[in-house]
Amino acid sequence: MSIQVVFLWSDILLWLLCFAALVFGLRSMRVIHLARGWAKLARNPVATGTATVLAAFLLVGLLDSLHYREALPPTSDIEQNAEIRYGVEVISALDYFLHPLRTQHEKTYSAPFATRLYAMESVETPTGVTRIYPRLAYGGAYLDDESDKMADILTRLMTGIFLALILSAVLFIVFRHTLRTKYPGFAWQGMLAALCGIALIFLPLFFLTDGYHALGTDKVGQDVLYQALKSVRTALIIGLVTTLVMLPIAVLLGIAAGYFRGWIDDIIQYIYTVLNSIPGVLLIAAAVLMMQVVIDTHPEWFSTAAERADLRLLALCLILGVTTWTSLARLLRGETLKLRELEYIEAARAFGVPSGRIIIRHILPNLMHIVIIALVMDFSALVLAEAVLSYVGIGVDPATTSFGTMINNARMELSREPAVWWSLAAAFSFMFALVLAANLFADAVRDAFDPRFEHAPTGGTCQSKG
Amino acid sequence: MLTYLLRRLAYAIPILLGVNLLTFALFFMVNTPDDMARMQLGVKRVTAEAIENWKQERGYHLPLLWNGQTGGLEKATQTIFFTKSARMFIGDFGAAEDGRDIAREIRTRMMPSLLIALPTFLIGIAVAVTLALFLAFFRATRLDFWGVSLAVALMSISGLFYIIGGQYLFAKILLLVPISGFGDGLDAWRFVILPVAIGVVSGIGANVRWYRTIFLEETNKEYIRAARARGLPETAIFFRHLLKNAMIPILTGVVVVIPSLFMGSLLMESFFGIPGLGSYTIDAINAQDFSVVRAMVFIGSVLYILGLILTDFSYTLVDPRIRFA
Repeated sequence: MSIQVVFLWSDILLWLLCFAALVFGLRSMRVIHLARGWAKLARNPVATGTATVLAAFLLVGLLDSLHYREALPPTSDIEQNAEIRYGVEVISALDYFLHPLRTQHEKTYSAPFATRLYAMESVETPTGVTRIYPRLAYGGAYLDDESDKMADILTRLMTGIFLALILSAVLFIVFRHTLRTKYPGFAWQGMLAALCGIALIFLPLFFLTDGYHALGTDKVGQDVLYQALKSVRTALIIGLVTTLVMLPIAVLLGIAAGYFRGWIDDIIQYIYTVLNSIPGVLLIAAAVLMMQVVIDTHPEWFSTAAERADLRLLALCLILGVTTWTSLARLLRGETLKLRELEYIEAARAFGVPSGRIIIRHILPNLMHIVIIALVMDFSALVLAEAVLSYVGIGVDPATTSFGTMINNARMELSREPAVWWSLAAAFSFMFALVLAANLFADAVRDAFDPRFEHAPTGGTCQSKG
Repeated sequence: MLTYLLRRLAYAIPILLGVNLLTFALFFMVNTPDDMARMQLGVKRVTAEAIENWKQERGYHLPLLWNGQTGGLEKATQTIFFTKSARMFIGDFGAAEDGRDIAREIRTRMMPSLLIALPTFLIGIAVAVTLALFLAFFRATRLDFWGVSLAVALMSISGLFYIIGGQYLFAKILLLVPISGFGDGLDAWRFVILPVAIGVVSGIGANVRWYRTIFLEETNKEYIRAARARGLPETAIFFRHLLKNAMIPILTGVVVVIPSLFMGSLLMESFFGIPGLGSYTIDAINAQDFSVVRAMVFIGSVLYILGLILTDFSYTLVDPRIRFA
């Protein structure tokens, strides 16, 4: 079947960003103190483990960022030779892998592993109309007798766990024989533990989703697991693209203020004090409200709803970036002020090296550890902020699947009887896993790159990675 | 001292002016009043007269920065900037979309906000500092390790989870407190207790970790080593020396938010139906009431700058070495 590849702006940015991060990571190996930081990171099992978990999330997000439109099947024989037409629905590579999850819609809510719908329906029987909980269209539909459900679920669960254990054993042997001997410093135990954990969660889930909605369905009958997986991409874009916006502003202005001092410093300090003095949420709210007016008054800019939602997501990143660069800029300014007084910089100036080159060759490499630490620290905060902003009504487009919209749509349903808790539970658990991994990784990165933790005395942060 | 205060206040003026100009640019230049009128009246099928009426009613018909049609001083005063933005300096915030006076609304809504925010703030600090001191005392032990692990786990949970989960558990399942609402006088405690408790718990993870780092940095200082060398017991070192000296870094982060407590908490107030400034702001955002959002931005930055000045003063209280010229 032929497909038409669709490039959304956020896709391009996300892929570019990962590529840039990779290039930067490899290049930074040449800078000696950064290389030492990476090496220290690789020796930390918490770091390798959480990095593996984050990589898994990233894989989901990147797969979800390859969009295409499928060709419609020809309607008749005459059209066989005609031009191929494509469906309007933009789907991603992740959707391709999750095809059953995406298409198996129920009518409305259904609890995890349910075989019957959450709501009653009137059904006509030979004896008259009765109200029953109808069987689901897909969840456990192949069971003739519903009392077999527990046995069936257990069988699937056991199969999954069994396979996961086998896989873990294989990985253990492979890691022991390759990684341990080839890269002696590498903390392969962390990576192994993370991979085994992922396998233990997802292999059983894989077998269970085949027959059930393992995390239930939402109001319109969509599988909650599918939504949670789709939300990963939005969270990653908010967390990563925002840094793309923030980074150049912070680095440029922070270094300029610290290096040139004088009136340049005054102006830059003034700008960030002004931005800082406005409470963050309010500034974001004001900017997003204005952006909404712009989008609503110019409907002609967007050809499809997906495009509009996508651009709104990017605009949100832009706004978040513009409002959050101040703290990093302040850190960089302070450090640059210290660096510019050092003797080697003075020597460079005495030799007549132009300022631009001094900054790029001598100052920037010595600020890189601050940038790396700030970036990983900000990521988890941004992921959490997205959910709050969506609740306040200034987050992503309501049509975009994100943890925030999932929570927002589901929070009123807790008051129903029985409570519809599964959407919330899924969104919160996925978010928790992502943010916890990011937080732990950020701690490890700080320990590895921050020179203050180099010779950590007793009780320093080094011993307690948490 | 007085000259210092005056100088700080003088510094605040250009910053507030900057905030004012920024919000002005954001609200009136990114989108013209015409756009906003179209937005409020519905994008399609809106007549030019309706837009003109809408603007006239709210005073948006004036030119943005300079009115050439009038004479004298009115050239500067008969503008949107002067009537809408500059007047905020004297506490005139205009009227909301529903016609109510924003300044009055803010005055009445301050108390409920403070009733939630102040206890949350005080209890939160007390609990977090105590726990952090406890962890720092047992530093580099198992207890410390698991304590920090727990703190990281707690801070990885979304704030919304604490609110939604807490409200569901205590108000809906256990029926200990009303789900939402607010009462007058002493009756208010029933409505306040759950938001405060949730506020304290949701902040605990990040705060404990932050204070613990401060305490640990302090434990490596020379005066602590000297105290130890003199043979002082560890408890005396901690409570008599370390706690006092750690006050400065703690104060930097803490005092600055005190004035902002008046603003209340956006999430907590809207979830628990508390008629404070936080829920006011959320309602305004949802109703796209730009005048209210603009007023809140301005008040927020005034309070923040007040917090910065307050921070400086608090240093003199804990550190006699710091004097203001």
